[in-house]
Amino acid sequence: MKHHSGLVLPNSGHNRDAEASKLGMWLFLFTEFLLFGGLFIVYMVYRMLNPEAFLAASFQLNVTMGSINTIVLLISSMTIAMSITAIQLGNSKKSIQLLMITVAASLVFMVIKYFEWSAKIHHGLFPGMAVFNQLPKGESLFFYLYFFMTGLHALHILIGATFIGVVIHRTKSGRLNAGNYSLTENAGLYWHLVDIIWIYLFPLFYLIH
Amino acid sequence: MTATTELNFFQAKKGLFSWIFSVDHKRIGLLYLYSILAFFLVGVSLGVLMRLELLNPGKDIMEAKMYNQVFTMHGVIMIFLFIIPSIPAVFGNFFLPIMLGTDDVAFPKLNLLSWWIYVVGALMVLSTLLFGDGPADTGWTFYAPYSVRTGTNVTMSVLAAFVLGFANILTGLNFIVTIHRLRTPGMTFFKMPLFAWALYATSWIQLLATPIIGITLLMIVAERVLGVGLFDPSIGGDPILYQHLFWIYSHPAVYIMALPAFGIISELIPTFTHRTIFGYKAIAFSSLAIAFVGYFVWGHHMFTAGMSGAARIVFSVMTFLVAIPTAIKVFNWVASLYKGSIDVQPPLLYALGFIFQFMVGGLSGLVLGALATDIHLHDTYFVVGHFHYVMFGGTGFAFFGALHYWYPKIWGRMYNKAVANVAFVILFIGFNLLYFPMLISGLMGMPRRYYDYLPEFHLPNMISTYGSWVLVTGLLLMIGNLIAGFYTSKEKIGRNPWGGITLEWQTLSPPPVQNFDKMPELPKGGPYDFENNF
Repeated sequence: MKHHSGLVLPNSGHNRDAEASKLGMWLFLFTEFLLFGGLFIVYMVYRMLNPEAFLAASFQLNVTMGSINTIVLLISSMTIAMSITAIQLGNSKKSIQLLMITVAASLVFMVIKYFEWSAKIHHGLFPGMAVFNQLPKGESLFFYLYFFMTGLHALHILIGATFIGVVIHRTKSGRLNAGNYSLTENAGLYWHLVDIIWIYLFPLFYLIH
Repeated sequence: MTATTELNFFQAKKGLFSWIFSVDHKRIGLLYLYSILAFFLVGVSLGVLMRLELLNPGKDIMEAKMYNQVFTMHGVIMIFLFIIPSIPAVFGNFFLPIMLGTDDVAFPKLNLLSWWIYVVGALMVLSTLLFGDGPADTGWTFYAPYSVRTGTNVTMSVLAAFVLGFANILTGLNFIVTIHRLRTPGMTFFKMPLFAWALYATSWIQLLATPIIGITLLMIVAERVLGVGLFDPSIGGDPILYQHLFWIYSHPAVYIMALPAFGIISELIPTFTHRTIFGYKAIAFSSLAIAFVGYFVWGHHMFTAGMSGAARIVFSVMTFLVAIPTAIKVFNWVASLYKGSIDVQPPLLYALGFIFQFMVGGLSGLVLGALATDIHLHDTYFVVGHFHYVMFGGTGFAFFGALHYWYPKIWGRMYNKAVANVAFVILFIGFNLLYFPMLISGLMGMPRRYYDYLPEFHLPNMISTYGSWVLVTGLLLMIGNLIAGFYTSKEKIGRNPWGGITLEWQTLSPPPVQNFDKMPELPKGGPYDFENNF
């Protein structure tokens, strides 16, 4: 170990402690909720100030694509939960397969997102573009928040997918196994966060009328 | 005992890389100490320049824009690079694990990462000096719409504050998990030292408030880059919304700065009175109470900004509520002095200076929290005086007190106590000369954040500026004395020079790499029960 000599305390910070890493992950998730929380407040304030404009702008979004993405993310949340059960039961191979499906789902999500965004950009609705600048004030705020919030969410999808990639790699090398799977659990917690934030973003932008 | 031949944490490894890539909480604490002190001195220099400009009415040494940039840089450095990280990142890192009887924080690598993030953020702050139109001139609050429109480097300053927030979050997260998981066997929550309680409450605020400022600052960046009207009313935004979002973080952040200082005072008082602390649980819970109530008072920064009367009354009442747990602490500290065998050493002097100055700061805070008086005093020098009494007279003095208290434990040497006492007296006089006149010029109606003022404010400003020179003399003497102590002190300090009974005094000075050379023993009857342990 790192110690040179002498006393090794039973409660060492260098011990592996699954409870501690899970607690740490939960605390980190609180900060993520609050990060998006700030944006939800801004959304709420501007929606209350410009209800008609927000409604008009929301009709420009493609509900079908949004719904497909919601289903894709929900499935991926299920597969990562199953992969945790698999590794707990000692079935690393199945755990890896399920994690692969999760990563694949995240890619599907990003591809659909790409088509949605490029359609909007094609119509000149990205902040700074000609059409966007002509929009009534409330509608431009809607699209601004749409790009900001779904963009930040997409960034989290990419981080989450990378995280899961690391978990796959470590499961393959045997470092994660039935006796030590806290990293898998943490990846699952993080992925559920990404999922649940989308569960709020989707109705806020696509559905409420 | 064979353990005394053990290498201490300075000797265990050598070389620059063994420091800047160390995962040892003690080394990381010292990395933070050196970087934070360096920035503190930069911030002090900027403050001295401001006082110099304000020595006489009219232009003395700089133009208005330059002055705006100097006070913004002073604020950004002092808030984000000095006082927010100060006590937790330095003394929390170094002593929390030792006081809990463990060998490190729960996530040593994250701890190192937090220091590196701090360094990156600090470099970003400094980089604003080098390009474009110079550092931001908005004040450290970055109020919209000016922060959206000004040509100075607001974007970089704001991104730096965003990055620095991550360093705080990681430290806070680390401390919460450490306190939950790594207490030595037998140490229940109510047998923890009060410094640990203070850090626990602080860490929760760091965790639950910092993300809001992070996202708000990102919105400022997006607004500047993409030109969307989130906060600038001329393009459809709401500047009051920015103020709300800013203070939702930045008011709790005031308690991030103050609570650890309360923890320090709660350590200093029992050790130098050799008597148990009065009202242990009341002090512990009042930290949590301050952290909790502190979330609901942000509106008192905005009484003149345009809020409904009902909202103002609610925020004012909540603000007064904060005074209750704070006063509980002050009364308990004073009560702890009663019938103690008081040993007047430099750290205790700083604690007493803290209590006096913090009370001036706290009571002037109530004046500002009351609606009627705030209308008159808002944005005057009264606010500047109040803030510096709380932050510098409070947290700053607690930081110096902690430095004098744990100096022998960290370095295994002792500074010259007589010089330390003299330095304290000069510092104390300089501090009050510098900031008390601000309360008066504020009452006279002098607005803050101008490089110029009317002739009738000349006298208090002159006294302030003279005070700043006294203060700097005291600071230099204090720091010089601490540095000299390291090189000249002949005697090796034993484990427990002050007669403290928290766990850090059971180990060697300086501590070995794994913190303890023998299993730490909990003091009988609680962390401050001197009757049974001394």
